[in-house]
Amino acid sequence: MYAQLVETGQKNLRQREDMSPEERAFQDRVDADIKIEAKDWMPDAYRKTLIRQIQQHAHSEIVGMLPEGNWIGRAPSLQRKAILMAKVQDEGGHGLYLYGAAETLGVSRDQMVADLHAGKSKYSSIFNYPTLTWADIGAIGWLVDGAAIMNQIPLCRCSYGPYARAMVRICKEESFHQRQGYDIMLKLCAGTPEQKAMAQDALNRWWWPSLMMFGPPDADSVHSAQSAQWKIKLLSNDELRQRFVDQTVPQADHLGIVMPDPDLRWNADGGRYDFGAIDWTEFHSVLKGNGPCNRERLAARVKAWDDGAWVRDAAVAHAAKCAARAVRAAA
Amino acid sequence: MSAEWPLWEVFIRSQHGLAHKHVGSLHAADAAGAVRNARDVYTRRNEGVSIWVVKSTDVIATSPGDKEALFEPANDKVYRHPTFFPMPDEVKHI
Repeated sequence: MYAQLVETGQKNLRQREDMSPEERAFQDRVDADIKIEAKDWMPDAYRKTLIRQIQQHAHSEIVGMLPEGNWIGRAPSLQRKAILMAKVQDEGGHGLYLYGAAETLGVSRDQMVADLHAGKSKYSSIFNYPTLTWADIGAIGWLVDGAAIMNQIPLCRCSYGPYARAMVRICKEESFHQRQGYDIMLKLCAGTPEQKAMAQDALNRWWWPSLMMFGPPDADSVHSAQSAQWKIKLLSNDELRQRFVDQTVPQADHLGIVMPDPDLRWNADGGRYDFGAIDWTEFHSVLKGNGPCNRERLAARVKAWDDGAWVRDAAVAHAAKCAARAVRAAA
Repeated sequence: MSAEWPLWEVFIRSQHGLAHKHVGSLHAADAAGAVRNARDVYTRRNEGVSIWVVKSTDVIATSPGDKEALFEPANDKVYRHPTFFPMPDEVKHI
């Protein structure tokens, strides 16, 4: 889901008859839930797809630091500032775990960053929306991290070892993120009418983009079957999205605020919530670069990288100088 | 493009006196930086009392292709496990 629209490069699902002996052995391991590790043989397309998927997940974490980082200075209390800073630090760490996992597949950090800056590599659409009020921080923790958890827990079982292990670590830390957000919403909804209205307004603006995080409907997701066979996508977009709706509506009920969806209603026969149609033109437009904050987000990332170049270079020069000094001292 | 920082593997020993465990990797220009970064990234929740960092190029690993040959000799030496030797019930402390 952080890997929205990741292409596998395959037109058709790989069939056993068409597989080489190595590929068949590889697929047997995947089917038997034996992890694939960095030095194991793997199909080129599996490697390429994972590089794209993990990388975009990593970029999402790093870019995701920006909308919330925006509010650290303005959080309503010292404790809220410290908590928000801790969350944003975690996101940086998550990006690192994921870049590390991607690097095991043979791509360099510099290459991934260059691809992001050139617009070749994407990040989740959700981070192209602005954080307009303090309530947005609550909504993001509650809904965006909630959606992320929905996607990441199954990924702990994905076939690629380094990615699965990164997911385990991330999931442990992610629950605090969601609770932190819901805690903000609880306080606002129990506060003044203005505070509650601010919480409702944030829900109004973040609900539909959060549903879009799960990616296009299954019928429009051409590459899902191959990713499912490779076990790098464990549950379908629609299935994850439905689970998310079902678990989140009661949480909104408890807050006393409502989703901005007149078609949302409990379906007793199906045992789930029916919900309204998603505007997929908005989703595709945002992914193409026309969301409210796309240019701002990318500019911030490029600036951080460029402005930090002298620090990276100085660290390397200093390390080289120390190493040379040590050699001379030993001689 | 500026020079990429080398990759380091990070091992943390938890509070409970267990052995250092591999927790992940990171880039740093030198060992001191690697330790600092490891502290920042891998010990935010009191995960550890001790950090080791090792340059990834210094880690020597067995190859997956050698798995069979390397580990096969242990397969038929089940007498290395105490359960191979049933003991009389009356005999204590053994």
